[in-house]
Amino acid sequence: MTLVDFGYRVLRTRTAVSSSRIAMRTATISAALFLLAASFALVALFLGDYPLTLGDVTAALTGRADDFVSMIVLQWRMPVAVSAVLFGALLGIGGAIFQSLTRNPLGSPDVIGFDAGAYTAVVLVMLAAGSQHTWSIAGAAIGGGLVTALVVYVFAYRRGMQGFRLIVVGIGVSAMLGSINSYLITRADLDDAMQVGFWGAGSLSRVTWSMLVPVLAISLVVIVTVIALAPALRSMELGDDMAVSHGTRVGAARVALLIAGVATTALVTAAAGPIGFIALAAPQLARRLTGSAGVSVLAAAAMGSALLAAAHLLSHVLAAVFRPMPVGLITVCVGGVYLIILLIREARTRSGAAR
Amino acid sequence: MSTTSISPGASVAGTAVPRRGPVWAILVAALVVSFLLSLAVGANPLSVGQVWQGLIHPDSTEASIIVWTERMPRTLLGVVIGMALGVSGALIQALTRNPLADPGILGVNAGAGFAVTIGVGVFGLTGMTGYIWWAFLGAAGATVLVYIIGSLGRNTSPVTMVLAGVALSAVLGGLSTFLTLIDETTFESIRAWGVGSIARVRVPDVLTVLPFLVVGLALAIGLAGSLNAVALGDDLAASLGTSVMRTRVLGIAAITLLAGGATALTGGIGFVGLMIPHVVRWMTGPDQRRIIVGSALGAPSLLLISDVVGRIVVRPGEIEVGIVTAVIGAPVLIALVRRRKASAL
Repeated sequence: MTLVDFGYRVLRTRTAVSSSRIAMRTATISAALFLLAASFALVALFLGDYPLTLGDVTAALTGRADDFVSMIVLQWRMPVAVSAVLFGALLGIGGAIFQSLTRNPLGSPDVIGFDAGAYTAVVLVMLAAGSQHTWSIAGAAIGGGLVTALVVYVFAYRRGMQGFRLIVVGIGVSAMLGSINSYLITRADLDDAMQVGFWGAGSLSRVTWSMLVPVLAISLVVIVTVIALAPALRSMELGDDMAVSHGTRVGAARVALLIAGVATTALVTAAAGPIGFIALAAPQLARRLTGSAGVSVLAAAAMGSALLAAAHLLSHVLAAVFRPMPVGLITVCVGGVYLIILLIREARTRSGAAR
Repeated sequence: MSTTSISPGASVAGTAVPRRGPVWAILVAALVVSFLLSLAVGANPLSVGQVWQGLIHPDSTEASIIVWTERMPRTLLGVVIGMALGVSGALIQALTRNPLADPGILGVNAGAGFAVTIGVGVFGLTGMTGYIWWAFLGAAGATVLVYIIGSLGRNTSPVTMVLAGVALSAVLGGLSTFLTLIDETTFESIRAWGVGSIARVRVPDVLTVLPFLVVGLALAIGLAGSLNAVALGDDLAASLGTSVMRTRVLGIAAITLLAGGATALTGGIGFVGLMIPHVVRWMTGPDQRRIIVGSALGAPSLLLISDVVGRIVVRPGEIEVGIVTAVIGAPVLIALVRRRKASAL
């Protein structure tokens, strides 16, 4: 077999079901980002209401600590730390899939109304049905998000899909749902309304092992699916015709990728509430860092992990010096500023090119 | 219809030139009808006869007191706020040549909400009167910021500007949520304020803000002529003798006064400024002078009708007018982007 010179060093993997080729630079950077994410999560294990020393944590991790410390570290803080890394990766994957499929950096699930729909369904379940049960909230979040995403897609579809139309329809639907949410929240009992507010802010701190284990299992399926479909995604970026001529079954691959992309956001929203802007920012930041031509799913996942773990660590640091700030609010604020910068840069280059 | 004479200029354009007489008659009639409806309908089940008697004979009967002290101020406020929102929408659409522009979508409401949250959460602000100035500042700041973001590129696309507004709203909303979640009292005071309503505010507060709105309206009407030139493009406008810079600066000032004042008084009512200029443009054609005056007449009708709907739907309770306009307005926004020539103004 002759080797093709791509102009950069590549890493090849060949297994019975798939073969892939990853640029060395992308692989290295992704590994570094994952390491960074893991170390952020590890540092966050030390921070919290109950102060722990380095010795306490290492003892707990190696199983030599007393019951109390080991419960704090292994039962309370560990699932949160794992979720920071895992959820970040999931959001990054979801964002990469949607941005590739819509060929638009703004085509991420949170921009097109998934979060708003999940929020409305949860508000309805918590306030109208009066249920605070974890699983009914998780179910409502997934159902509401899926229905809203579907409605947005249907309304945005008119002789093909345009990124522009998708985004504006998403904004319109989000605005309408947002006003319905406000109506329900203003009519609710203050404590219930605060509960909804906390859910809507998006926080990892409520993640427990009983919640995380099923999420982990489903994530594994999603991740394997995405790895298998990554070459198809890359060839579809060239256009459907080109992808068909490369031997990709475009229709089936697109449906499978859409399901996987929606599933990533649905899992995270169900477990932690809406965590905005990671799906939007991670693929774009990763692309700039790796210098790759398109959006890379692996690098986006690594970048998502690093971003969410960093936000998680930041929320602990903020809690230590001021007040606890839910991680979802941190990502929204930082991510929103990033989006504004992205828009300004885009507007500048476009007007520069026009003249 | 036979009395409508066709003027020589009417056939030149070839395409449908609207008959202007009926258009103005329709707009005025809609305003009068919605005004009367707003006086006649409410939580208190008065008959039309009672309302009429109370209206024309102001005395100490229950009907008269309700009409004159409750419904009349609310209705008049609705007219003023509607005018401000409609005209600011028309202005912002004309200045940015963006058919999707609306003060609410572009982040003015979020700016006002953020400023009020800071006022309440950090500086311990209480009471409507204090809210107004903070809201005004926040709304003005957000307007200027979004405009700057949107106008950094030369031909900023409509979507870029809308997204800038959404991003700004998200950031400000996130910070506001943080401030409300760490303090229950702030949460309690703020949660109702952000939902746009014309029922809360008292007459003295309206009188405080009214001068700003009047100046804004006057500016808008004065600018209408030069906006027609700006619509042709900056270069052509300059060659026609219009100072583009002056028009823009004064236009932004007018938008800030109108949208900021309206948001300060109500808490933010979206989509009125988006919908009405489109309807009016469709009725009167592209002349900005007609669009601005038409929006000033049409927007109060929409606002008052929405308010009346909000009073009827969940009787004896009420739905705030801002929620009604969002539920009506979002489908209109979607319809606008689904049209084939969505970007055409």
